[in-house]
Amino acid sequence: MTYKVTEENNIATVFLDGEIDMDVTEKAKEVIIPLIEAGKEVHINLKDVQYIDSSGISVLIESHQKGEEKKTRVVLKEISKSVLKVIMMAKLEQILTIE
Amino acid sequence: MKSISEHKDFAVNSANLKHVRTFAREIFQKSDELKNYQEELVLALAEAAQNIVKHAYNGEPSDDTMRIKINHTNDGLLTLELFDKGKAAVPENIKPRNLDDIKAGGLGTFFIGQIMDEVIFKTSKIDWVNHLVLKKQF
Repeated sequence: MTYKVTEENNIATVFLDGEIDMDVTEKAKEVIIPLIEAGKEVHINLKDVQYIDSSGISVLIESHQKGEEKKTRVVLKEISKSVLKVIMMAKLEQILTIE
Repeated sequence: MKSISEHKDFAVNSANLKHVRTFAREIFQKSDELKNYQEELVLALAEAAQNIVKHAYNGEPSDDTMRIKINHTNDGLLTLELFDKGKAAVPENIKPRNLDDIKAGGLGTFFIGQIMDEVIFKTSKIDWVNHLVLKKQF
């Protein structure tokens, strides 16, 4: 997994790329969680993520929950087909914020 | 239809999960039937391999190996088997996530149950501790 972060006004966009599994979840959290804790609106762009497993989904859940705690928006953007399939299998499409 | 029977050993390490997926994809690509369900099947197998790293070895890398065996017979039965030498699993304690409870734990087991028809925990033969069998009839 690789990533890129862009910031504009108070919105930080995290572009994730590649495959998200147990081996990279800590890295993903280290990128995303501090942005939420800093009170930024965080967009997680998933268009270049080809594979995600339950560990990767846990990062999305934790980010969503941290956003609720900090009262800031965490939005999933441009979700790839393969990631959306897993989100839907977990029945999280009504819970996570997807745009 | 050509039957498939292949296995490979991997060191128990989260960094090897991507190699498990590559191995599985290469095999599923050999069958027109499996190819169409490739990513779901890869997810089920990789979740089971992840459970070995996470639970049988407490997330710690080990020099021990886990064995992954993929068998697809002419009658369309796919059997995925995982063997490891880690801490013995207690099947009664392995439960999928309650879908009303929004947390990550148990999601992998839930995915496996959604994708596969049958999940069987076996006490392993000599040389292994845990033996997980996942079946799907096509």
